[in-house]
Amino acid sequence: MNDLIRQSAATLATAIARKEVSSEEVTHAHLDRISEVDERVHAFLFVDPDASIARAREVDQQIAKGELSSPLAGVPIALKDLLATKGVPTTCGSRILEGWRPPYNATIVDKLHAAGVVSLGKTNMDEFAMGSSTEHSGYGPTHNPWDLERIPGGSGGGSAAAVASFESPLAIGTDTGGSIRQPAAVTGTVGVKPTYGGVSRYGIVALASSLDQAGPCARDVMDTALLHSVIAGHDPRDSTSINAPVPDFVAAALKADVRGMKIGVIKELQGEGFQSGVLERFNQSLEILTELGAEIVEVSCPHFQYALGAYYLILPSEASSNLARFDGMRFGIRVDDGKNRSVEQVMGATREKGFGAEVKRRIMLGTYALSSGYYDAYYGQAQRIRTLITRDFEAAFSKVDVLVSPTSPITAFKIGEKLDDPLAMYLNDIATIPVNLAGNCAMSLPIGLASEDGLPVGLQIIAPAMADSLLYQVGSALESALVDRWGGLLISEAPSL
Amino acid sequence: MTDAAANGIDQDLVVHLGKLARLELTDVEVEHYTLQLEQILGAITSISEVAADDIPPTSHPIPMVNVYREDVAIPGLLQEDFVPGAPSFEDDRFRVPRILGEPT
Repeated sequence: MNDLIRQSAATLATAIARKEVSSEEVTHAHLDRISEVDERVHAFLFVDPDASIARAREVDQQIAKGELSSPLAGVPIALKDLLATKGVPTTCGSRILEGWRPPYNATIVDKLHAAGVVSLGKTNMDEFAMGSSTEHSGYGPTHNPWDLERIPGGSGGGSAAAVASFESPLAIGTDTGGSIRQPAAVTGTVGVKPTYGGVSRYGIVALASSLDQAGPCARDVMDTALLHSVIAGHDPRDSTSINAPVPDFVAAALKADVRGMKIGVIKELQGEGFQSGVLERFNQSLEILTELGAEIVEVSCPHFQYALGAYYLILPSEASSNLARFDGMRFGIRVDDGKNRSVEQVMGATREKGFGAEVKRRIMLGTYALSSGYYDAYYGQAQRIRTLITRDFEAAFSKVDVLVSPTSPITAFKIGEKLDDPLAMYLNDIATIPVNLAGNCAMSLPIGLASEDGLPVGLQIIAPAMADSLLYQVGSALESALVDRWGGLLISEAPSL
Repeated sequence: MTDAAANGIDQDLVVHLGKLARLELTDVEVEHYTLQLEQILGAITSISEVAADDIPPTSHPIPMVNVYREDVAIPGLLQEDFVPGAPSFEDDRFRVPRILGEPT
């Protein structure tokens, strides 16, 4: 098989199952690609080629003995660095966890292992998943494979860039306010935020527990469906995981049909603040969906304009509580000058040195929003707006099957451009945040390049909670129509690096 | 009702928040965060005027009830699993800085 790194996960898995190629060869090809381009892309924080090859050989043996029949057996994957991996460094992009090796695996990691998916390493991210550009990593930014001077989105910029630069066919991301979808949009890849509770959070270092959800990243819709199937399902170790059968995402992707469907365009998520090239591609996709037999209707979600404000109170509040555990006492670094400091002084010095600017900013904001005297005006109000946003979705889904919007209002911006302007940075998530607040599911898929800058544009499909299958059904229908026009996936237009 | 002028953000408050959050902020950071928190809170002030008191708050996307597991013992972590990750460990315990008394 030629050019292993350019194949989809589905193609690789089939070839591995038929013994046309081994997992070892496939893993090797991707490790070679990483050593060739990652110095420039910086998608990975940790790679252990010997361990990956050893695991691939093991998987090859299991396949030879007929012990593995998972649909992704032998395919490599990249893991966002906030998934706990036993004995393998896990930093969350933060200096405060430098050198820490978790004593256990996240449930997702165990599931991938059981399915014979081979880990290539851990990917870069904004520190503790706070950011939209991966510039807030404590280990330096990741570069967008489409233009190395630009951001790959965030917080999961490493996972998206690894997939976009053909370093890995698959990656795991996590999405608290858009951290899977916005990187997918700006790197020309596909990313899915499953319904809250659809994928176990056990062993995922928590940012905002009521918003965090892990999901798949890949270069086409079918690969995300396959990966989603492997990681989904109830986990007794996560009390918020949904105890219900996992729908057949792969069948939904194969169905690829929007005939007779009502697709809602969210009035509030277009126009001002959205780049013209983004809207141009978005409107063109609406025409394609109409040609495919869907009915496009405009719906209003009047409270979405308050989503960003509510999010930037709820997220910092939960994060400031969750991040209290990083105190230099039981794991991670400790900053102690040996001068008989008190435990509070050592904690203060450790957190001051270990956390970066954005993390400190949000911890302060959360501490403020939860403090007495301000709690009702800020956190309490934000929770009420969360209810109103959920009601907006309920009203919309009583009229349409799915909703669509541009995923990100703009294409990838230059590294450094918004680094010290938190408000401008926060606006990147304006279209993705409502989904996290309501807990339903969404996908971003590439719909073309913006005419003014030639950079990828993503379209977001939003479905009701537990209706993740609809994302795959609609996403693959649109994707296949676009691929017919383009003669291949958008990602094949990316520069060769 | 909250507005930008009433959010109370000044340097003293930021220093206090730093103490609560166990962040030993530098003077430059205090100055910087005072401006930025003011700016961020100013931008999201509009939310305080939207929802009436009769709108119930949502703390979690799934209506949660108590979740019980089967009462079955499962193996937990062993000391040897987490000791290598500890900044300081002695006599089967995490060694921590002193917790009482004034700094010397």
